[in-house]
Amino acid sequence: MDRWRALVWRFLFHRGKLAAVSALVQLVGVSKTFGDAAAVHAIDLSVERGKTTVLIGPSGCGKSTLLRLIIGLLQPDSGQIQFDGTQLRADKIDIVRRHVGYVIQEGGLFPHLTARGNILLMARHLGRPKNEMLARLSELCALTRFPENLLGRYPLELSGGQRQRVSLMRALMLSPELLLLDEPLGALDPLVRAALQKDLKEIFARLRQTALLVTHDLAEAAYLGDEIVLVNEGRIVQQGSLADLREKPASSFVSEFINAQRSLAVI
Amino acid sequence: MRRIWNPGVQEWFGRILIFSWIPGFLIFSASASEQVQIGSKKFTESYVLGEIAKRTLTDAGISAEHRQGMGGTIILWEALRSGQIDVYPEYTGTITQEILKRSDELTFEQIANELGKAGIGMTEPLGFNNTYALVMLRSRAGELGLHTITDLKNHPELKFGLTHEFLDRQDGWRPLAQHYQLNPQNVIGIDHALGYGALGKGSVDVKDAYSTDAKISENDLVVLEDDRQFFPQYKAVFLFRYALPTPAIEALRKLEGTIKEAKMTRLNAEAERTKNYTRAANLYFEDSSGSTRLRQGYGVASNTFGETFPHKLARWTARHLELAAFSLLLSVLVGIPLGIFASRGGAIGHAILGFAGIVQTIPSLALLALLVPLPFFGISVRTAIAALFLYGLLPIVRNTATGLQDIPRALRESAIALGLSPAARLWQIHLPMASRSILAGIKTSAVINVGTATLAALIGAGGLGEPILSGLNLNDHATILQGAIPAAILALLVQSLFDLLDRVLIPKGLRL
Ligand SMILES: Nc1ncnc2c1ncn2[C@@H]1O[C@H](COP(=O)(O)OP(=O)(O)OP(=O)(O)O)[C@@H](O)[C@H]1O
Ligand SMILES: [Mg+2]
Repeated sequence: MDRWRALVWRFLFHRGKLAAVSALVQLVGVSKTFGDAAAVHAIDLSVERGKTTVLIGPSGCGKSTLLRLIIGLLQPDSGQIQFDGTQLRADKIDIVRRHVGYVIQEGGLFPHLTARGNILLMARHLGRPKNEMLARLSELCALTRFPENLLGRYPLELSGGQRQRVSLMRALMLSPELLLLDEPLGALDPLVRAALQKDLKEIFARLRQTALLVTHDLAEAAYLGDEIVLVNEGRIVQQGSLADLREKPASSFVSEFINAQRSLAVI
Repeated sequence: MRRIWNPGVQEWFGRILIFSWIPGFLIFSASASEQVQIGSKKFTESYVLGEIAKRTLTDAGISAEHRQGMGGTIILWEALRSGQIDVYPEYTGTITQEILKRSDELTFEQIANELGKAGIGMTEPLGFNNTYALVMLRSRAGELGLHTITDLKNHPELKFGLTHEFLDRQDGWRPLAQHYQLNPQNVIGIDHALGYGALGKGSVDVKDAYSTDAKISENDLVVLEDDRQFFPQYKAVFLFRYALPTPAIEALRKLEGTIKEAKMTRLNAEAERTKNYTRAANLYFEDSSGSTRLRQGYGVASNTFGETFPHKLARWTARHLELAAFSLLLSVLVGIPLGIFASRGGAIGHAILGFAGIVQTIPSLALLALLVPLPFFGISVRTAIAALFLYGLLPIVRNTATGLQDIPRALRESAIALGLSPAARLWQIHLPMASRSILAGIKTSAVINVGTATLAALIGAGGLGEPILSGLNLNDHATILQGAIPAAILALLVQSLFDLLDRVLIPKGLRL
């Protein structure tokens, strides 16, 4: 029944676009209110398989809240979140989480575990064979260009950029279907940031990774994103490529947002 | 589930378990046995009488243990009634007033009858009457021309330094003041032994004493005559449980009528001079009979009684550590789970922290006194451990709770987002991250426990408080230091032991 209703919704609201069929995550009319302030307001959003979707918008517009709703850290007040066509259920959320990688700005690494301990934490919890885990670890080090000899270090012994590489490895360890990244490069200096942007793009391409990325930086969004979703005050204002946003702004806010960034950045 | 190569948690948890159980093996060494348990109150004469009873029983081939200086009348009476001790020396006046709670004077037979109803027997009087008395420095009394208690009426400016027990007793200060219509301006409560010092220095003028107190002749004091017969008779007797084997009762009865005032005063003086109650008690046997039976017994007795100082110190310290370690172990095992609950906040969390906080505000002495009358506890090591355990709880509960609450939200959420189960999050993430705070709480508890364990001697649980108490009783600084110095050293050692444990137990990543 739910499936049917979802299909009807898709048909009605997405006009039967082919893209809707390949959506890995689908938000339908999702709202979340803290106290009396709506952080997210009736949002419909599809995260397409194999693509990088970028959420961008001013501070406090609800980007992180959306990510936290998708990974079940928050429950929506209304609306549906579907993963691979099925509705998220509270009792199944841990299984879904194993198919989702989550990277946050400060890395979220556990200080009492080494880089290796952090990356392998979940695989060990699931009792994965040791050989398999070590092979995957070397693979990830190569992929993220992280020196293997630093794996024994604790987070406090690593630089910010190295920490984000470890955090990315931890998120990728179980080959997740979806990667959620909440301003992963936000706290890095421009040079390290540029290097990591390049690496992320390569990694996403090589893995055909489905990713939902939050950033403040329009240049980063344009560089990494297949689809840019501009959010303001808990609502999606416009969705499309940077060119769409620039050439066919849906509102004066879109132009303002783009112009404000252009005056600072190098696009 | 397969557990492969998972050092993080298991190692950490394993270490805690191992370290926290070590003290457990040290305990349970103090076992109850068929020994006759002799109690005594916290003053010299009671100690000496206790030793005399012990020696008497031992000589009669009955194994006996003397638990010295367990406290005041009610504590000993309750202990006797509940079977935690079998025998203790008491005085007829105290029995009438404090135990039977009668304001009229009873005959000896009436007292024996009343006690019989509680299953307690009483020997005939041992031979001396140790009544309460008011004493003054001989010089001061002479100066003011005081001879009787009635004379005090004309000197309301005199300072009275009275023991707390005397101040509270039904046959103590208040009725005495009424009887003689005394109305002094200045009455303070002071420890018995310290009171003698205060008399000597002139900071008090009048104090209460026992009429056989060795201090009276030692300090050149005079007893003010009880000219209006206020103080009842305080004839010394032994109280014993009817359940005691007949040979033991017979042995005790041999002491009846054998200790006169002069002799008791001499034994008390000997005890205070030599700081050795056993030796004073032995003096009784040497004086009273040259029989071969006693002489033979003497050799046996001196083995157990004549303990060398290092041996005594080792015994005190071992017991002290047992008390502190076992109670700490309990605090850890109970406190950490409570702290975990408390960290989740809500009504239960607040209730837990509130309860632990309230326990901490009860003075330790009062807590001991509150536990003693409870069925399971009484005068025992158990009570001391229970009190110390309760004291040790708050720092551990509070530090566990705050340690867990201080974990940044981003890290909590990362652990959830990874898909770790709640148990795995607790063991692998939350507890290790809070370990520094938890260990700091345990360290605080340990140091508190080592300090507070000195009070355990008050209820006969032994430890380094034993020499401190008897030193206080004898007003002998050297004896006090014999307990106080090792206790202080112990606290420092415990502190540094935990500093070392920090390095083992706190994950390296948190110490950078
Ligand atoms: N746990 C919470 N309780 C109350 N309000 C919250 C909570 N989390 C977020 N909010 C509010 O919801 C709104 C959206 O927050 P959110 O963190 O999603 O913004 P954001 O777009 O990620 O901002 P930034 O770019 O600064 O990270 C904000 O107004 C914020 O104050
Ligand atoms: Mg955010």
